Amino acid sequence: MTPAVDAGGLKRCKPWEYAVRFLLGGVITAATGLVTHAWGPVIGGLFLGFPAILPASLTLVKEHDGRAKAVDDARGGRLGSVGLIAFGAVLTLAAGRWPPVISLSAASAAWIAIDVGLWFLCYRKKRARGRRRA
Amino acid sequence: MWTESLLRFLLGGAIVSIFAVLGELFKPKTFAGLFGSAPSVALATLGMTFVKSGPGTVQIEGRSMMLGAAALFVYAAVCVAAAKRHGWPVWMSAFAAWLAWFVVALGLWRIGASTGILR
Repeated sequence: MTPAVDAGGLKRCKPWEYAVRFLLGGVITAATGLVTHAWGPVIGGLFLGFPAILPASLTLVKEHDGRAKAVDDARGGRLGSVGLIAFGAVLTLAAGRWPPVISLSAASAAWIAIDVGLWFLCYRKKRARGRRRA
Repeated sequence: MWTESLLRFLLGGAIVSIFAVLGELFKPKTFAGLFGSAPSVALATLGMTFVKSGPGTVQIEGRSMMLGAAALFVYAAVCVAAAKRHGWPVWMSAFAAWLAWFVVALGLWRIGASTGILR
């Protein structure tokens, strides 16, 4: 399947479900700041890779679309973490050389490029294999 | 400090919500799930770190973040395995798997600190 926009997905979510994600994301980001303040940037930096979205996301996907879709969502999250490693690597290289906006943009571009590239590699390949068998 | 924490809370909540909306907007779920590992906390935090502490601290946090993201890979792998088990509630598995993240992240940090990679 090719990635596509499904606006119906937004309507399935109730306002409180978005509120839960806002609350969870806000608390984790504020806590990351407090950890950095208490133990320094080496420990604080670890929390930049903390699963802030996935737990609420998986729970809600299970409620709306069932267990199999929740497994797929977690598979996507697993693939996405590789892009997050690329984000950290590009940022480490760029931060000392380029202005903040350029550095963060370059790191974000690396994240999305790696994620989308890996997704096509992993899931489009499976589709092509299935078609050949048929 | 409380003002800064409030600012982080609002910024983090907003960015996490944006990525959550993006996750809802796409199909299939394997693609939408990519947004579950988006750099939401990182974007909310690192902009402020640039301004407050400078690029040197951002580089330190970026290096540690790679280890945190590797732990996120393990976290998500645990979630995949746990979500397949019909007897286990998905919400409980997803929150309990945070423990796996902590173990792997702190383990990698110990290795990184002892080998000098994180200095």
